[in-house]
Amino acid sequence: MSSAQVINVTLPILSASWSADKDFKAVGKVSAATQRNLEPVGPHFLAHARRKRHQRTFSEDERIQAQQNVKKTEEDENDDISEDEDPMMLQRDAKDWKSQDHYAVLGLTKYRWRATPEQIKRAHRKKVLRHHPDKKAALGDRDENDSFFKCIQKATELLSDPVKRRQFDSVDEAAEVEPPTKKGKGNFFKLWAPVFKAESRFSNKQPVPQLGDENSTFEEVNTFYNFWYDFDSWRTFEYLDEDVPDDNENRDQKRHVEKKNANARRKRKTEDTARLRHLVDDCAAGDERIKKFRKAARADKDKKRLDKEAEAKRLVEEKEKARLEEEERKKNAEESAKADREKAKKTKEAAKNAAKKNKRVLKGSVKDVNYLAESGEPSAAQVDSVLTDVDFIISKVDNEELAALAERLTAAGKDAAAVKNVYTEEFKRLVGAGKAKDGEAKFFS
Amino acid sequence: MSDETNGAGERFAIGVSFGNSSSSIARINPEGKAEVIANEEGDRQIPTVLSYIGGEEYHGSQAKTQLVRNSKNTVAYFRDYLGKNFKSIDPTPCHNSAHPLQTDSTVAFSICDSDSETPNTVTVSEITTRHLRRLKQSATDYLGKEVNSAVITVPTDFNDAQREALTAAAKDAGLEVLQLIHEPVAAALAYDARPEAVVTDKLVVVADFGGIRSDAAVIACRGGMYTILATAHDYELGGSTLDKLVIDHFAKEFVKKHKTDPREDVRGLAKLKLESEATRKALSLGTNATLSIESLTNGIDYGSTINRTRYELLSNKVFGQFTSLIEQVVKKAELDVLDIDEVIFSGGTSHTPKIALLARNIFSEKTKILAPSTETTAINPSELAARGAAIQASLIQEIEAEDIEQSIHPMVTATPHLTNAIGVEFTSGEAVEFQPLLNTQTALPARRVAQYNVPKEGGDVIIRVCEGTREIKVTKPEAKPKEEKPAKGEDDEEDSDFDSDDEEEETREVVWKTQQPIAELAIKSVKANGKVELMVHINADLGLQITAREVGGQSAVRGAVESP
Repeated sequence: MSSAQVINVTLPILSASWSADKDFKAVGKVSAATQRNLEPVGPHFLAHARRKRHQRTFSEDERIQAQQNVKKTEEDENDDISEDEDPMMLQRDAKDWKSQDHYAVLGLTKYRWRATPEQIKRAHRKKVLRHHPDKKAALGDRDENDSFFKCIQKATELLSDPVKRRQFDSVDEAAEVEPPTKKGKGNFFKLWAPVFKAESRFSNKQPVPQLGDENSTFEEVNTFYNFWYDFDSWRTFEYLDEDVPDDNENRDQKRHVEKKNANARRKRKTEDTARLRHLVDDCAAGDERIKKFRKAARADKDKKRLDKEAEAKRLVEEKEKARLEEEERKKNAEESAKADREKAKKTKEAAKNAAKKNKRVLKGSVKDVNYLAESGEPSAAQVDSVLTDVDFIISKVDNEELAALAERLTAAGKDAAAVKNVYTEEFKRLVGAGKAKDGEAKFFS
Repeated sequence: MSDETNGAGERFAIGVSFGNSSSSIARINPEGKAEVIANEEGDRQIPTVLSYIGGEEYHGSQAKTQLVRNSKNTVAYFRDYLGKNFKSIDPTPCHNSAHPLQTDSTVAFSICDSDSETPNTVTVSEITTRHLRRLKQSATDYLGKEVNSAVITVPTDFNDAQREALTAAAKDAGLEVLQLIHEPVAAALAYDARPEAVVTDKLVVVADFGGIRSDAAVIACRGGMYTILATAHDYELGGSTLDKLVIDHFAKEFVKKHKTDPREDVRGLAKLKLESEATRKALSLGTNATLSIESLTNGIDYGSTINRTRYELLSNKVFGQFTSLIEQVVKKAELDVLDIDEVIFSGGTSHTPKIALLARNIFSEKTKILAPSTETTAINPSELAARGAAIQASLIQEIEAEDIEQSIHPMVTATPHLTNAIGVEFTSGEAVEFQPLLNTQTALPARRVAQYNVPKEGGDVIIRVCEGTREIKVTKPEAKPKEEKPAKGEDDEEDSDFDSDDEEEETREVVWKTQQPIAELAIKSVKANGKVELMVHINADLGLQITAREVGGQSAVRGAVESP
């Protein structure tokens, strides 16, 4: 609160004994405060919040707020609506309003179709304050010409009607941006972006995708061109209509003019659509991004194809390799089996030969000792019985025992008793092993 | 069109008071005054009720009448369920409408809100969204401009979860919540924003008597800034408590005549409830009110009248509960009734004249009782919260959302408040007097300026800036010295008991006592009949800057007191 409250109490008189430096004496302190939550409501709280957040003191805040208020009113007075007025424009006649630039009349050339209804209203008010016939009269201007005032009124009437404003905006040449020529050099995006920005005012669909820049993604570029090739425009050409004669004149004439107007509108609309299409074509033709994307797409495709081929080749090779390996493995297996078989055969034969040899040794041993005859030629019976016994033993022993027996017999040599002894022992061993019975061998028992 | 696209970015805010029984929407009209908007049916207090018949949604008073015939598909009294889990809610008010159910962590209602026969489960958030969407639509239709943001009032006991749920529900309804403000503060703001109001330091009790619950709050208003000192809630006291008495009264009369109790019939009870509420409201304005119900029960038509005296006799006890809630909150704030400068009556039930009259008896003569029956300039209590919200909405509508958030952050709102008043001490002869300049509970930093008279002949004067405390001085008519002087509110209860015990009237008054001196300033050779202006500025760290000068004079006496 900056306003002072008046308290109707009389201050006491200063006692003579009181004295202090600069008439001020601090004698105490304020007792501790309690923390509480302020309710964030009301204009005074907002002021408090402002002070606290910006760390301003009361007087600072008041000063800053006052400055801001002053600025605001100044802005209202002197904002950018005020533009210089062309002296030629001031001479205009309101009758040929069709050729009049309504935005220029109101001083809104900077905004044109972007001007808000609020701005139009303000601009109108401003112009009226300046050009009202009464104002002029008060300034001592004897000129009775209020034509420019009528122009202002016409412009406001037209621009504050949304339908009429659109009709004017449709043919407002001053708002148009010429597309760059093909030969013209410069940054593609800088040249084309304003063109599309200006054209986008006619779109029924908002917001309108804009050109973007060289880093735009494929999707962005795609949506941009799709949108513009499929442009939904509200542009109309009623504004350029010829004046339809009043109905009290020839009715046929009136109809004729109306028909003519309708045709002209249609024609202009078709032309406009074609113009826009051309424009987008031209833009697309010069758009490096499209080329870039195409190249990228092609490169991508090629890469895929090559990858695929390489993959196929790799597969074939792998198969061939597997087949070869399999063949090799089979061959090896066959060879080793054959070798094994031959080796087994050889061993068998060797064993057989050894057994034969041993048998021969056995048989030879008895023959060498003259069939164990005590003297002279042995009798046939003796030979037969000895051989029968030897055969019996041979049939009872296996190859190893046979080999051992043959060795012992070789050691015994031609000593008949030793040979007989060897045989007798062998027979006894056989009996002990349960392979033969006593009495089966007649001679070696 | 270009203006439409430009307009979309702009905020267009209204104030919304979202209550259990009724809601209001308000805006600031072009003349700068807060104004409550009527919905399509012309209601300014729109019942917070939604009803569904055959897939069609009914809202407001249309839905409220459906409580009789279509109670199962009618949702009412759901505000307090928002953002709470099923365990913590009190489903009593919903006995005669769709019952709340438990769904996940929230509360829901099972209602047939589409063409199909099977009921859907609709969460309380969804119901709130639908309700707010209807309110938004009403405001948009009335104002002819899309409303896209709002300031919504909430009770002081709304927790963060409830606030979040409400913000989310409003967002779904297409309303950006600029701020949630407390109902009592909105009511105080509605009064203080009137052009004729002057910014003063005052202590205000806001008594908010609603349809099904009552709240009271003590607010310290210091230089236009509000601080809630205490709150009290009664969740079972409200308009419906009074309705119950009226219902019982008529039901008894009916039983006497027809030997059947309409309260035993569900539909009869609903009809009786609806009509009794209307009758009770009529009694706030007239001294007589009628009630007539066709086919109340068993096809019997019923009509009767009740006068205000009868009604007040019936509800004496309940009225006492209302006033005791006020006393309770004053006590909770450790204050005395003498400290209260204003009592603001808010909420629909505050129309009842007797409650305001009873409150009048509690407080001193100086206290302003702002209720329709005691003060002709009082604002309609039902509209206070919505108006306050609309005022706040107009204030912050232009501010960026981020700025609002920063401004309501505890960093900004938590401020030190003075515990003792700071003022000037006057000594005239023997008598020592203390005049507060900055009252207790003033948010810091603060600055006050005051002008004081000097003795007629002029000359040198002294200003003694002191800290003071207020005391309640009790004087008895008989010169019986009373030792005990209650320093603060703790002993008040005892005192009032004492009062009622013996019939002797004792006068109680506020007396300021100097606690301790802080600084002394001398202004020399002041002109005759001159005035002295004193400015005291207290920083947040309790440091003081004091400036005093003669009004119209050049030189000033300045000094600073360092923070403790």
